[in-house]
Amino acid sequence: MKAGTLLSGYLRKHAGFLIFAVVVMTIPAYLSDGYYLSVLAFMGTRFMMALGLSLLLGQAGQISLGQAGFVGIGAYGAAILTTRLGLNPWLAILAAAALSATIAGLVGVPTLRLKGYYLAMATLGVNEIIYILLVQLKPLTNGTDGITGVPALAIGGLDLGGPKAYHLVVWGVAVLMLRFALNLSRSRVGRSLRALHRSEPAAESLGVDTSYRKVQVFVLAAIFASIAGSFDAYYVHYVSPESYTITFSIILITGVIIGGLGTLWGALWGTLAIVILPEVLERFNGDVTNLVFGVLLIAIMVLWQGRGRGLLAGVKARRSKGLEQQAAPPGAEE
Amino acid sequence: MSFDQFLQYIFSGITSGAIYALTAIGFTLVFNATQIINFSQGQLVMLGGMTAVALHGAGVPLWGCFFAAVAIVALLAVGFERVAIRPLLRKGVLAQIIATVGASFVFETAVMLIWGRDAVGLPAFSGEEPLKVGGATIVPQTLWIVGLTLVIVVALQFFYRRSMFGKAVRACAVDPVAARLQGISYSRVVIFSFALTGAISAAAGVMITPISFMSYHSGSLLGLKGFAAATLGGLGNPVGAVVGGFALGIVEALGVGVVSAGYKDAIAFVILLLVLFLRPVGLLGAKVVVRQ
Repeated sequence: MKAGTLLSGYLRKHAGFLIFAVVVMTIPAYLSDGYYLSVLAFMGTRFMMALGLSLLLGQAGQISLGQAGFVGIGAYGAAILTTRLGLNPWLAILAAAALSATIAGLVGVPTLRLKGYYLAMATLGVNEIIYILLVQLKPLTNGTDGITGVPALAIGGLDLGGPKAYHLVVWGVAVLMLRFALNLSRSRVGRSLRALHRSEPAAESLGVDTSYRKVQVFVLAAIFASIAGSFDAYYVHYVSPESYTITFSIILITGVIIGGLGTLWGALWGTLAIVILPEVLERFNGDVTNLVFGVLLIAIMVLWQGRGRGLLAGVKARRSKGLEQQAAPPGAEE
Repeated sequence: MSFDQFLQYIFSGITSGAIYALTAIGFTLVFNATQIINFSQGQLVMLGGMTAVALHGAGVPLWGCFFAAVAIVALLAVGFERVAIRPLLRKGVLAQIIATVGASFVFETAVMLIWGRDAVGLPAFSGEEPLKVGGATIVPQTLWIVGLTLVIVVALQFFYRRSMFGKAVRACAVDPVAARLQGISYSRVVIFSFALTGAISAAAGVMITPISFMSYHSGSLLGLKGFAAATLGGLGNPVGAVVGGFALGIVEALGVGVVSAGYKDAIAFVILLLVLFLRPVGLLGAKVVVRQ
């Protein structure tokens, strides 16, 4: 890399993340409209899900079609543990995340040794099974009726159920997750993930335990999704199975793809797209949304040159030359 | 479980097994021609069923619906190949998965927008009067399904073993470059494979609709089971697809008898995971499936 790129990368490293963190954490100071705050809170949890997926897809080049299942485990875990067992919500979030991680490990170990479509198909199955269990395990999940009366989050006696307090909590956690993901991407782990993305035999010959790394990042993505699901449950106070179908998993993937796989920030733009696009399309005919998402997925993949960098970056890369960029895997973050 | 009950479960297993076998053949045909796993395979089956229902609603006689649905979905599959698959042939597994997943979204939503969200059915091909076999009963539709599936499988075998073009298709599955050097048009083989996949999938969809209802959303589970069947038999092996399909159907039906109907759909997935754990090449073994 040239010195100029290094320097600008260095500046952006501090500026980009810090500006983002400050902007997003001060929003409640000047925005008090309840509707916009809940759309933003909604975005916050989707950003967490997309971020995990972006690590898995963009860095390691593996795909999960079942993230909604892990979101569901997070949501139902939180709902069941707090309403039935009276467990502290924060502990419930951790417990649900541990369960998601375990399931992800059990699925990931046999499938991640194999070609990419085995993980994709297996995660599709996981999602389907989790959905079946949510509907069938009536004594535990209340079937299709779902669970109502999930309490709000609180610290000590401080209620965090209001839109502003919740915004700070959710985006606070999301910002921490982003920091963690960015650091991970720049670490030895991130480098080995990008290496195995490009060529597994090459990565292996350099001493990367590729199967282990892939399982690791898959489990991490599941944990992110699960935590996000738990937060949703504590905000909406209600969970029901139809929120956690494969359809939602594919919508999350659409977000990450629209945002671009080359950078973790793509998860942010992608989240914006999958939250705002349905709101816009709703004005015409809300049912069209998934059709548009499907067409976008196909179009982006068909037009994809090498490792795609999302809609905007793709256009930019085409304008600037970049023969070497064409097939380059995502670079180190920031 | 009494013997009669056992027999009943076997019959129902063979019925759904035939459908899984045809879906698995769809996966296999596309995979052998392109090395792509088509994540909208189940949606092609769904499209077959839904198209036939729509035609039947418009007054077309039942067999007319069958052949029309087969032809329409075959054409659709060819269009899908031209638009979405051809540009992906040289791209990575990831792009292929994402684009075909996108296609599954397009198919599902299009069907929902055109024909609504309700689950719909078709009349059985020849009456609903159940036949007594031993202590169990069979609906005539089962005989149609199993019979037509066997006809399709045998015809495919003949085509691939005996005809020149069938041999060309097999040659491409083994090595597209070497096949091209022999003057085989790879592009024609791929188009043909998609047309055939569309036709076979649609046939499966039309045949199963009188027994189990079809809706815009039925595709993903059918696809998952078809893939489980193909993997169980050995991905890329057409005979394995058939064996895997029937095996999966029977195990699933017996599982319903032993466990509960509510968990029926989970069984295929558990089998898929077990196969991947223990024997990724499947029962009959096939291509090397580990990595690129």
